[in-house]
Amino acid sequence: MTQFYLFGTVAVAASLLVIAQRNPIYSVLLLIVSFGALSGLYVLLDAPFVAVAQIIVYAGAIMVLFLFVVMLLNAPQEETERDARAHLGRGSDPMRFGALLALALVAELAWALTRGWESGRFGRGAVSSVAALGRSLFTDYAFQFEVTSVLILVAMVGAVVLARREDRPREPMESGETQPEDRVAPGEE
Amino acid sequence: MPTLSHYLMLSAVLFGIGTAGVFLRRNVIMILLSIEIMLNAVNLTFVAFGRALGSGDGQIIVFFVMTVAAAEAAVGLAIVIALYRHRESLNPDTFTMLKW
Repeated sequence: MTQFYLFGTVAVAASLLVIAQRNPIYSVLLLIVSFGALSGLYVLLDAPFVAVAQIIVYAGAIMVLFLFVVMLLNAPQEETERDARAHLGRGSDPMRFGALLALALVAELAWALTRGWESGRFGRGAVSSVAALGRSLFTDYAFQFEVTSVLILVAMVGAVVLARREDRPREPMESGETQPEDRVAPGEE
Repeated sequence: MPTLSHYLMLSAVLFGIGTAGVFLRRNVIMILLSIEIMLNAVNLTFVAFGRALGSGDGQIIVFFVMTVAAAEAAVGLAIVIALYRHRESLNPDTFTMLKW
């Protein structure tokens, strides 16, 4: 029980700090802390493989991607004219409305969850072996697994196409046609 | 021992934090990070329910969610880079046109 509250407190505090930071690099690093606490919660839930995958995939791969983009763009601060809006107390109207919506969502979820508070107590049987998970993944969920691989391929191609630098999309073609003639002319002289 | 409701409550709090981040922050990268928080809250729900039902399906769905999160992060960050190249800004309020 104490472990649950320890990990839960770390996860919630780190997530709160993530959205409160001004500098995205600190946010990314704090989100890794939050993911570590969540992976501890997965261990408490008898899901060690998910815990390891959480660390490797999220903290290791996705967050490094975020960190790379934050450092590549090199725009650590939100724009200065928006800094007044960054403080939650004296925000603009859309920001107050957004905060209100988020609070309403939390209140609704809490209301829905407290109604069945006494119901859920964990039973004995927990599927924690990697062998059982792998067997289920490659038999019952084989089709979904293959679809996932196609999704990864599409995402990879899409990311390459979207992030490609288009250096004057048309001009290199035209100049490519004219340049050989220019280059031939000095050669003849 | 913490019950299923404890985990669901924690997941709801994390999801609310992620929602607040999407609503309140004015930086595209911060919005993507908040979406990651929300995805993790949902993952916690899946694992907790799978544990309560004694089934491994919850953990398998978590792997699919992680895959989708990785794809979403890759494509989303590529879009962010493309937008930043055109607008020199990460503020979503400046991305108001569908075409430039």
